Amino acid sequence: MTNYSLRITWLYPRLMNIYGDRGNVRALEQRCRWRGIAADIARVGIGDELTAGETDIYFFGGGQDREQVAVAADLRGPTGEAIRRDMAADVVALTVCGGYQLFGHYYRPYETEDLPGIGIFDAWSDAGPDRFIGNVLSETEWGTLVGFENHSGRTFLGEGTRPFGRVVVGHGNNGQDGTEGAMTRNAFGCYLHGSLLPKNPAFADHLIGLALRRKYGPDAMLLPLDDTMEGEAHAAAAHRAKQTR
Amino acid sequence: MSLLPDLRLTAALATAKGTYRATQLLGRSGGTAIPGLVAERVDPLLIGKLAARLPEGAIVVAGTNGKTTTARMLAEILTAAGKSVLNNGAGSNLSRGIATAFARQSSLLGWPGADIAVIETDEGAFPGVVAAVRPRVIVLNNLFRDQLDRYGELNSVAAKWKIALSRLGPGTSLVFDADDPTLCALADAAPAGTSLVPFGLGPHAYTLPELTHAADAVLCTKCGAPLEYHALSVGHLGDWYCPTGDNARPPLAFAATNIRLLGMEGATFTVSHEAARPFDITTRVPGLYNIYNALGASVTAVTLGVTSEIVAGALRTFVAPFGRIERVALHGRRLTLALIKNPTGANEVLRLVTSATPAPLLLCINDLIADGRDVSWLWDTDFEMLADYPAPISVSGIRAFDMAVRLKYAGVPEERISVVPTIADALVAVAEQASPDSDAYVLPTYTAMLAAREALHTLGALRDVWATAERR
Repeated sequence: MTNYSLRITWLYPRLMNIYGDRGNVRALEQRCRWRGIAADIARVGIGDELTAGETDIYFFGGGQDREQVAVAADLRGPTGEAIRRDMAADVVALTVCGGYQLFGHYYRPYETEDLPGIGIFDAWSDAGPDRFIGNVLSETEWGTLVGFENHSGRTFLGEGTRPFGRVVVGHGNNGQDGTEGAMTRNAFGCYLHGSLLPKNPAFADHLIGLALRRKYGPDAMLLPLDDTMEGEAHAAAAHRAKQTR
Repeated sequence: MSLLPDLRLTAALATAKGTYRATQLLGRSGGTAIPGLVAERVDPLLIGKLAARLPEGAIVVAGTNGKTTTARMLAEILTAAGKSVLNNGAGSNLSRGIATAFARQSSLLGWPGADIAVIETDEGAFPGVVAAVRPRVIVLNNLFRDQLDRYGELNSVAAKWKIALSRLGPGTSLVFDADDPTLCALADAAPAGTSLVPFGLGPHAYTLPELTHAADAVLCTKCGAPLEYHALSVGHLGDWYCPTGDNARPPLAFAATNIRLLGMEGATFTVSHEAARPFDITTRVPGLYNIYNALGASVTAVTLGVTSEIVAGALRTFVAPFGRIERVALHGRRLTLALIKNPTGANEVLRLVTSATPAPLLLCINDLIADGRDVSWLWDTDFEMLADYPAPISVSGIRAFDMAVRLKYAGVPEERISVVPTIADALVAVAEQASPDSDAYVLPTYTAMLAAREALHTLGALRDVWATAERR
């Protein structure tokens, strides 16, 4: 068997670290490790150097408004440029909440000036009058995903980007059109905390599989794992989503 | 002040007292919220009116972690000093719970029936409570990330507190944990004439090697640069400074020195003051985070003129309130209950559990409104500390499987995790995993703790579901 290895780049882990999103990095890392795939985690903070062509999977989570301003400024420099080059080369990315918004064209707060994003998704976000908070069920190509949304931004998709899912429970992108998240090439964005990947292992494996096939060719295979426990947690979360909203 | 009875207030108090008796007769859960809720409907100014009549005024205690323990410590110290103290207990720290506490203790004519009030308030309720009560002393423990779905982000809570503090009347004392950079920035916003009393930890042997993942407020509030620490104690609390040189922890009015942690049994430290004689504290409440609570209570009491002998005596016999390190006997085993509700608090409890004698461990996770609907915080908590835990681990509660998955990804072998969905069954099981006369640890979220107490009551291990189990 080939010795597979993947580099996971975690964008701004110190600043975009709220809402438990690090569980996604943990899930990618462990699900690689349990299959004998070496996974190394590179943390990229403000001012750090990021070289295009070295990353197999990006993760970019949610942060508070103050931190998001500092991150948006850093993304206007070489880090943003490196990410854009990798995205054009089909590198895999999962972005959540604030990270998702900054992968769009801009985030427009109420009073202060626009935060420019890096424009991977043909999407833009405006601050809304209130927050969407609660459990979410989103129907996707990889099954029904469970998660928890907590955002005031309303995200709208342009023609160049498809929705990642459709909300069965919850508000999703904007509370109007039923869409949840966005996807372009191998980049995915959504508002699903929870963390997302541990309770949605099929989608976690989809990301790992995409990264492996991109790096090692179409024959790269993922060994199955016992996901009984994750399945129980998914079922419990789905049940709570229907009960609580 | 009018000598005529305030009819609206009297009507509100009569309503509250009647409702309280009704909740007691129905055996409803403690009756800490509903009487105050209906009373405030009748007289929205109830809290303020009663607080204004307290001969020695009111103290408001706020913060994400430790406010209940600090408020109870302070209430016991003041009681030991011979004062009659009004205190809203059992976590009833929203406006309605505070109104209930006032209404229960006061006469129908609106005399509060106490010398002084120690009021614990929830982060969200803090600005309203401060405006209504006009406290003599405000005690601020810390601001951590807590239940984002209820309170919003930390920065928005801090912004609301800042406005509340900027409106303090002259002569108010602000006792605050200067190890928290966010609180120092808030204290800067207090108007001239506020008496600032910063406290914090002196050098000690229990520092963290680096900021935990869950740490908040890592940026300098003046220039935005990441803060650094001479010593890091709990979460983002410590002896902090900005590397650009524009900001640092202010000089401490009071410091805890000679800190010694005694596992699950308690701790000792010295309260050092810039001007007065230092004095020693021994407490049965364990963990470094409880040093902050005991220090905050001691400093406040000293500020109010209580002698160091009375402070030390009251803290020596103090028993932790309601599920915050509480010891209950079940089937001949000692269960220690420790509430977990947010990443930093839970990390400290895990630090305590993994440094104490290894014993069977039960984690109970609920997602009701009082717990926070969002269980994402489990992923910000460092359950990795349990990867090599040498005793059995079980999980229970509405989100038992979320907890199980969290442990699995933290590196706990799957076969070592048992899932027992019903909390009552899980309590019996964890007790039976322990040998007779030995320990088991139970870590519940807030409503899981209430469920655990109900179950322990049914099992005959707890006499009163709503009272602290231990007697001195």
